[in-house]
Amino acid sequence: MSATVSFLLDIKPVLGAFLCLAGAILAVVGTVGVLRFPDFYTRLHAASVTDTSALTLAILGMALMSPSWLVVFKLAAIWAFFFLTGPTSSHAVANAAHTAGLQPLIGAQARSGRGGRDHDGE
Amino acid sequence: MLNFFGLIVVLSGLWLGLSGHYQPLIMWLGGLSVLLSAFLAVRLETLDRESAPFFGLPGILTYWVWLMIEIVKANWIVIKACLRAELDINPALVKVKTSCESDLARTTFANSITLTPGTVSVTLEGDKILVHALYEEEAQPEVFAEMDRRSKRAVDSRVTA
Repeated sequence: MSATVSFLLDIKPVLGAFLCLAGAILAVVGTVGVLRFPDFYTRLHAASVTDTSALTLAILGMALMSPSWLVVFKLAAIWAFFFLTGPTSSHAVANAAHTAGLQPLIGAQARSGRGGRDHDGE
Repeated sequence: MLNFFGLIVVLSGLWLGLSGHYQPLIMWLGGLSVLLSAFLAVRLETLDRESAPFFGLPGILTYWVWLMIEIVKANWIVIKACLRAELDINPALVKVKTSCESDLARTTFANSITLTPGTVSVTLEGDKILVHALYEEEAQPEVFAEMDRRSKRAVDSRVTA
């Protein structure tokens, strides 16, 4: 029994480090998506990968590596805060773009590589 | 009144979790600041069932767990879309109708749509939400219907009761 507990305690920081690494990789994936996707709205989708899964994995990893419950509580608070404010700010940005008259690329238009730079015709 | 005590319980829990100093003087100051915050919330008249929905917490937590699973599934789709050699995205604007009635339930629904990678709520007018989706086929009405039903059940029934 105590052998299992000490094994779990040994493996905890390693697992935490791996989760942080996985979160970092997902953040890179999100960035790749932001760079590759053609227009503003589709880039927003790629960024939301970083917002949700990369953040969750990194915070889980940090919680496993943290020295005390106080730190875990703070990490949990940060996580909850991000999940409440993240979508609100995404929505605000998307809404602002829509209100300003930016038209999204639809369907095959987005795949043809017809650039997203000046399709709003300004 | 129940909302007031709910707010005090939540604020105290938050304070105890964040502070880490449990000497008498600091505890007194913490207690005073909790009371002051609650008093200000009452004076601002922001304390109603929608801003302090503590009594629907089990339902909201169940909804949160379901939402996390949906987010993981949607993340996988968007991650694949980011890394595929040929871009095969098929973006579309979709109108989604919601059956939620309270502001809080509508906010929950629209935020859930935004939180799920691959869909972003763009505008909300009345009971219609304009959604931009990365894949048109992932944004069919039946996908949103379940989310709508669940957020209505989790939030609306508690708020309007």
